[in-house]
Amino acid sequence: MMWRLSEFGENIAVVEESGQEVSYSKLSSLSEKLRGYFESRCLVFNFCSNTLGCLLGYITFINNKIVTLMVDSGLERDLLNNLIKTYQPKYLWIPKDKADLFLKYETVCEIVGYCLIRTDFTCCYSLNENLALLLTTSGSTGSFKLVRQSYKNITSNTNSIIKYLKLDSSQRSISTLPMHYTYGLSIVNTHLQVGASLVLTEKTLMQREFWKQLKDFRVTSFGGVPYTYEMLDKLRFFRMDLPYLKTMTQAGGRLSLNLHKKFAEYALKSGKNFVVMYGQTEATARMSYLPPEKSLEKAGSIGIAIPGGEFSLVGENLEPITEPETQGELVYRGENVTLGYAKCVDDLAKGDQRNGVLKTGDMAKFDEDGFYYIVGRKKRFLKIFGSRVNLDETEQLLRLEFEDVDCACCGMDDRMYIFINKQEKIDDVLKFISSKMSLHHSAFKVLHIDKIPRSESGKILYPALEGHYDKL
Amino acid sequence: MTNLEKYIKAFEETFNITAEQTKGLKYQAISEWDSVGHMSLIAALEDEFDIMIDTDDIIDFSSFEKGKEILSKYDVEIK
Repeated sequence: MMWRLSEFGENIAVVEESGQEVSYSKLSSLSEKLRGYFESRCLVFNFCSNTLGCLLGYITFINNKIVTLMVDSGLERDLLNNLIKTYQPKYLWIPKDKADLFLKYETVCEIVGYCLIRTDFTCCYSLNENLALLLTTSGSTGSFKLVRQSYKNITSNTNSIIKYLKLDSSQRSISTLPMHYTYGLSIVNTHLQVGASLVLTEKTLMQREFWKQLKDFRVTSFGGVPYTYEMLDKLRFFRMDLPYLKTMTQAGGRLSLNLHKKFAEYALKSGKNFVVMYGQTEATARMSYLPPEKSLEKAGSIGIAIPGGEFSLVGENLEPITEPETQGELVYRGENVTLGYAKCVDDLAKGDQRNGVLKTGDMAKFDEDGFYYIVGRKKRFLKIFGSRVNLDETEQLLRLEFEDVDCACCGMDDRMYIFINKQEKIDDVLKFISSKMSLHHSAFKVLHIDKIPRSESGKILYPALEGHYDKL
Repeated sequence: MTNLEKYIKAFEETFNITAEQTKGLKYQAISEWDSVGHMSLIAALEDEFDIMIDTDDIIDFSSFEKGKEILSKYDVEIK
């Protein structure tokens, strides 16, 4: 068992939006009840929301060796159907108000606003014994490569995070990230492990209710992606009176140096901790952290490897890099390196394909004190508002939809440039891509160009497009 | 352009919607008006009316109608 809920007795595990408190012993008995509906190990899709129902499903499945795939509840219908068809889950654990999407299936039970629905798949595939959890990586582009996480992965990463963040039962975090996202999940994992509490809210930073909950429920910490911190800055967060708030963590992409410094300075001045971290779903969640007392001195750094983990850099010919300030691909070693990917249901039977070593695909360097800095992407990925977006896959999506349009995608984090050769399609492309990827259209800039520059072999010359970036 | 037209235009352009759709529109009622869209809307309104909206008002701005009330505090009458 991952979490020994009953050990924490009357500690508060969850505070719901309404202020309703749920103790660990109550959570334990709800979990017992849900567990009773399962006969054997199987695959369940958990439709994520920041509610008690979703959390109950997650801990019950993990604690009882029921494999779960955490699905974004807002996932586009076609993509969702595709995912269900591909992985043939035996059950769906879904908010009651979404259950009518699946009327053709039988509802087995309803607990705290979530329904357990049994599908009609025969499920004659096998699940590797170490497989605990499946998370989507680039689901937004429809390719559904899932990350396979083991029980050991989760335990190991959870314990490392607890150690470096010095978490104990006095902590109370508020949900600012979804549970289908590994960062959001790591906050859940760590807090339940130490008997701390979670405020589960669907409200966002942009709503008065969120800030009221943060105060009323005496929240001590939250996590955020770079975009979260940009919004906090615009909301003049530094002028707010938040006496209970002690810790802010940041991950999910690179925060601008300017904002890193601003939040680090604020934290040092106001006696709070600002902890910049680095990770990937492929490493369960976390690989490094910047100790808060170094947050200003080492601004821009992702810090040092987490307890139990180890970083190294390799050059283009895989030679180890030992000199400071030299760039190479960042390689991580640790028990939290996940088993591998799944692209089809048969992959769920596979064992560990990485043996504790992860090539991150990020280019990095370290300084004389051994602090690491990310310098760029090895491949063509962008982070847009915290989600990983694959530029090549985005291009393929566009080509499928707009057969007579040539296109090229490139750009930087939080801003994708889409170049197309048909002026009149700009609006259509923008609408399509923003709805297909469920990302706000301000993340995209669609520009017209007469001809997409290509090499003789037909490869797109992306550097030639960069000159157009400033035409904003 | 009247202030009302400008106000509607900010919604149309930020969320890629029609003037029709702005009526009675509430935060999170459409996928475009999420927290990211919210900051874009606020920025668009600040630019259009040359004002600086306070934090309290940013987080109170929960609907198309509520926004009109809020802007009136900044001497922008939306009629």
